[in-house]
Amino acid sequence: MTDPRLPVAAVLWLALWLPPVRIALEQDMAAHMAVQLPLLIAIGLVVAPALRRYEPSALAEADWLGIPGLVLVGFATSFWMLPRMLDRALAEPLIDLAKFLSLPLLAGLPLGLSWRRMPGLGRAFVWANFIPKLGAIGGLYLAAPTRLCAYYRLDQQATAGWTLIAVAAALALASFAAAFAGWPRAVCPEHRNAA
Amino acid sequence: MTRSFVALLACVLTAGIGALSWATDGFRVVTSEGARRLAVERSPLPLPDVQMTDQNGHPFSLADYRGRTVLVDFIYTRCPTICGVLGDDFRNVLDLAYAGAADDIRLLSISFDSDNDDLQALQFYGDRYGAAAPRWRVAAPVDRDGLAVLLRSFGTVVIPDGIGGFLHSSAVYLVDPRGRLARILDPDAPSALFAVAARQVE
Repeated sequence: MTDPRLPVAAVLWLALWLPPVRIALEQDMAAHMAVQLPLLIAIGLVVAPALRRYEPSALAEADWLGIPGLVLVGFATSFWMLPRMLDRALAEPLIDLAKFLSLPLLAGLPLGLSWRRMPGLGRAFVWANFIPKLGAIGGLYLAAPTRLCAYYRLDQQATAGWTLIAVAAALALASFAAAFAGWPRAVCPEHRNAA
Repeated sequence: MTRSFVALLACVLTAGIGALSWATDGFRVVTSEGARRLAVERSPLPLPDVQMTDQNGHPFSLADYRGRTVLVDFIYTRCPTICGVLGDDFRNVLDLAYAGAADDIRLLSISFDSDNDDLQALQFYGDRYGAAAPRWRVAAPVDRDGLAVLLRSFGTVVIPDGIGGFLHSSAVYLVDPRGRLARILDPDAPSALFAVAARQVE
C-alpha cells in the first residue's frame, strides 16, 4: 500500500507548477519568497517520513547528528534566496524547474530526515541562527535603495522585506514561548513519551 | 564521529560552496544586473544591427556608429523619475565632451514605449534636455521586433510600474568603436561616464 503522503505531495507539487498558480505566486516577490519557496520545502518535509525506511543505512550513519543534512538545507535555501536566482527562476523555465526539484529534494527531504537525528541543542542552534538571519535579510530588502531583482518593483521588495521580518518575529515569539512555556503537546509528540 | 560522516560533510560543503559560487560568479555578484555587468566587462558582447528613427525622423542603425564610442540609455518620454536623471547626465556628458573636444563620443537614448512615443514625443524629450542629432539621438526602433532584439541584446528588463508607466534599468550602456557592448555603468556621475567613454576612444 502506498503511503498517502506521497500522492498528497505529488498533487501539491503539480498544483504549484501549473502555470496559473506558478505565475500568480512568482509575480509577487513576497509570495514567491514567503509562500512558494516554503511550500516547496514543505513538500519534501511531508514525504520525508514516508521515505525514511528507504534511506540507506550507510547514509543515515554518515549523517551524524543530522549535521551534513542541515548544512545541505542551509546551502539549498540560501541558493534560492539570492536575488539573481529569483530573477533567473522567473526568466528561465529550466532554472525554475531546478528550483521546483531541488527545494523539495535538497532542502525539505534532508530537513525531514536529519532533524530527528539532531539533538535538542543542535535544533536550538539551527533555530537561533535561522530566525535572525531571516529578519536580517528582510531588513536588507527594506534598506536597499535600489531594486535587487530586475523583475520586481521597489515596493514589492519592501513588502517582501516586511513579510520576512514578520515571519521572523512570529517564529521568534513561538520559539520564545516554546523555550519558556514548553511546546504544546500536539506539536511535539516525542515530549509526551518523555513526560 | 566516523569517517563516513567526514566524507559526507565534505561532499555537502564542496557541492554547496560550488553551487553558491556558480550562482554568484565566484562570490562577486548577487543580483542579475551585477552578473550582467561583470560578464560584459570580461568579454564585450557583439550587438545586432537594429534599424531606428531619430527625433528628426531620420533613419539610422547601430552599425552607423562604428569607429565611435556610444553611450546608450533606455527611456520612455512620459517617465517621471529615472529618465530625468539619465537625461541630465547625458547633457552633462555632452558638455564635457565639447569641452574636451572628444568628438568621437555619441549619445543615444532609445525609447521602449512604442505605444506612446511618436516622433513628436521624441522631439519634445530631446528639446527638454538639449539633445541634437547626430551627437545625441533620441530614437525609437522602427518595429517591435527590433525593440525586442535591442532589449534582449542590451539585457534591459522593462516591467510595468503598476501605475501606467514602466520600471526599467537605469544603466548607461557603453558601445565600443567596434560595435560591442563593452561596459554597463551607473548614471550617477557624468564625469565618470565621460572619463570611461573618453578612454574607449583612445
